[in-house]
Amino acid sequence: MTDTPQKTSSGGLNKAHVAQFMARQGILVAFILFIIVFTMANPRFLAVDNILGVIRSSTIIGVMALGVTFVVISGNLDLSVGSMMSFSTIVVLDLHDKLGPLLAIPAMFGMTMCLGAFIGFLVGYLRLNSLIVTLGMLSAIHGLTLTYSGGKNMDIADKEGTWFDVFGQGVVFGLPVPILIFGLLALVLGLLLARTPFGRQVYAVGGNGTAATFSGIRRARVVFLCYLMSSFCVAFAGMLQASRSMGSQNTVGQGLELEVLAAVILGGASLMGGSGAIYKTVIGVLILGFIQNGLLLVGLEFYVQFVVTWVIIILAVWLDVAAKRGKLWSPIA
Amino acid sequence: MTEQKPVLRLEGIVKTFPGVRALDGVDFDVRPGEVHALMGENGAGKSTLMKVLAGMHQPNEGRILIDDKPVVMTNPIAAKENGVILIHQELSLAEEMTVAENVFLGELPRKRFGLVDWKTLDDRVGTILKQLNCDFGPRTRIGSLSIAKKQMCEIARALTHSAKVVVFDEPTASLTDSEKVVLFDIIKDLQKDGVGIIYISHRMEETFKITDRISVLRDGAYRGTLNTAETTEDEVTHLMIGRTLDTSNGTNVSNRGEVKLSVRNLSCGNLFHDISFDVHAGEIVGFYGLVGAGRTEIAETLFGLRRHSHGQIMLDGKEVTINSPVEAIANGISLVPESRKEQGLVLGMNCRDNMTLPQISDLTQGPFVSGGAEVDIYKDYQKRLEIKAPSWRSIVGNLSGGNQQKIVIGKWLSMKPKVLIVDEPTRGIDVGSKSEIHNLLRELAGQGYAIIVISSEMPEVLRVSDRIVAMYSGRIMRTFSAAEVTEDSLIHAISGLGGTDAAA
Repeated sequence: MTDTPQKTSSGGLNKAHVAQFMARQGILVAFILFIIVFTMANPRFLAVDNILGVIRSSTIIGVMALGVTFVVISGNLDLSVGSMMSFSTIVVLDLHDKLGPLLAIPAMFGMTMCLGAFIGFLVGYLRLNSLIVTLGMLSAIHGLTLTYSGGKNMDIADKEGTWFDVFGQGVVFGLPVPILIFGLLALVLGLLLARTPFGRQVYAVGGNGTAATFSGIRRARVVFLCYLMSSFCVAFAGMLQASRSMGSQNTVGQGLELEVLAAVILGGASLMGGSGAIYKTVIGVLILGFIQNGLLLVGLEFYVQFVVTWVIIILAVWLDVAAKRGKLWSPIA
Repeated sequence: MTEQKPVLRLEGIVKTFPGVRALDGVDFDVRPGEVHALMGENGAGKSTLMKVLAGMHQPNEGRILIDDKPVVMTNPIAAKENGVILIHQELSLAEEMTVAENVFLGELPRKRFGLVDWKTLDDRVGTILKQLNCDFGPRTRIGSLSIAKKQMCEIARALTHSAKVVVFDEPTASLTDSEKVVLFDIIKDLQKDGVGIIYISHRMEETFKITDRISVLRDGAYRGTLNTAETTEDEVTHLMIGRTLDTSNGTNVSNRGEVKLSVRNLSCGNLFHDISFDVHAGEIVGFYGLVGAGRTEIAETLFGLRRHSHGQIMLDGKEVTINSPVEAIANGISLVPESRKEQGLVLGMNCRDNMTLPQISDLTQGPFVSGGAEVDIYKDYQKRLEIKAPSWRSIVGNLSGGNQQKIVIGKWLSMKPKVLIVDEPTRGIDVGSKSEIHNLLRELAGQGYAIIVISSEMPEVLRVSDRIVAMYSGRIMRTFSAAEVTEDSLIHAISGLGGTDAAA
């Protein structure tokens, strides 16, 4: 069985493995260097309470990034999560005072997931371009939120008399509840994506949709479910946000779709679809969170982070592409 | 056999990639006005050699001489300036632009202020198209042309340069017979003008028809050059694979069982009409016809990718409704599709995941996929089909065409289908793997599978089929048994010339 081509190809594979490994490690190495530099600039950077603080403040972006990971691997985009999160935050705050938290939460999940189902229908079954659909929904849902709230901000009237703050502010066994929720969701969704038939079908649809159809996979349904998953995560994020602040502006999620996408890309998911993983997205979320925190700690204004974030993402994407072709530049333009 | 000075000579070309010695001291030359075939199995180094020639790869050792002068091809533009033109296997045309714009892409004639000189452009392209006997004009949009016509545009592009050497890489892969004739005429014209032609093809028949010499590569090394007139297919094959192939015909012993699939009066719009046939267990029914005769469309209908307007499909004597691939699979129909890369495989996935994709929902333990069950299935079919892959984790996109095709076949065999449809089983696959796949199909028939093979290659249909259905323009013209079929009668039937006895 062992003939020459096999020998050569396994040799080639080893090299390719090393190159791929380096590319992935490249981001990690840069991240570690970054941590060292910032720790020297401000020792507080690595203090436990700062680390927990960073993770905690990353959870809302993180929870949404988990859902968007499904969408991106299936070969689509979701730019509507930011404005959808504003919607779910406002809705749950409003219903909290009308129905009580026990009913408000499932009602908000239902309403948010209706939006996800609608997007899933448009992109999955009608095969409309996901960039256009979700960009449109970004604006449409924003309008919906303003209509719902009558343009006003929402507040929970009796902040002391409710247990609703537990999701955003509670602490269990010394760990903040939002971190626990994020970790638990990441675990469950990670297993769903990596270990179940549905997860495999998501990769197949994103990797080659036609071949997936030819393999008897219901492509439209898989895409539909990915958007439903995304909206489910957004509903969680909205609940965390509302519970943390117990009141909110109706634009609270504005611009977050880009940070979410940034975290997913930093984790190494390809926008072409077919690759990525939940654990990678979690790493992407943490890298993003620590970088933004580090910039604040060394005394830079918070708006610097918008620039730095995108410089880092472009670097990450470049490294990824460079590793795939084995060169930093393309020899042929 | 005049010993002319070669227009192009490659000497001792060595090209290594990390871990692979892709070219190991290859010599090759082309004389003006000759057609020189470059043959070898997939992975033998043909493409790498051509990429070195076209400046896409730099050789580690060796040199390239044009008209006896050493040249360095630093990039594809340098190659073009030296008169070396590559006509790619995968067409590289801008779909939304016109023929003229594509032909002169990057070097459109200019007027003052850098504006495009449309009149000159149309005139020049028009002349070239006329030369090529094309029936479309310079203002036609590329996207509206057939693949064959697009290929003509690629050739037209080559003709705008004063080419010394033109490389054709698998030019006939997607051409119909009549289009091939046009292509061969063009090659003859180029020969007359003293252009040296390098012709890469897997197809023996046409290689013997149009080339003067044949050079063979195996495992990146040069194995020799033969004069086409003085050699045989067996000799070339032997050089290519280092052994002799069993390609005997007519060994198809039919041990057919009961009828598995019956199709009655099946019609679909203007794609095919009134199609009726049976497939028995243990036999291979070959569908032969020109591109566009409706063969693939019938397969897609049986697999639920298209809806038929009339007719019935019966499996094991019971009528079934098939409106989606999911239903087809549930009814025991499997389709190995025409295009392995676009329809058959998720190239970025590993071997195991590709093979188990259609049945992944059934391979579960609790909510999770059972990795062990998956590996068992993969290993089973890897052994049975002799798939050469380093491990089940290997990415399918890195395998050779033949092994990729075996993965697709394994994927559908593992579904234990009642009826296996194989559309173009060996397209773009080297001779060695081709013959393996033919033997495999016969073996499967021997095991009692009911198989439909669709192919555009007559030798293939003749080799594997127990019965051959000849199609023309969406209709079945005639059904032959393996014993009675002749090449002439088959060609006659698929050309739509009616009758069966009129001599060719």
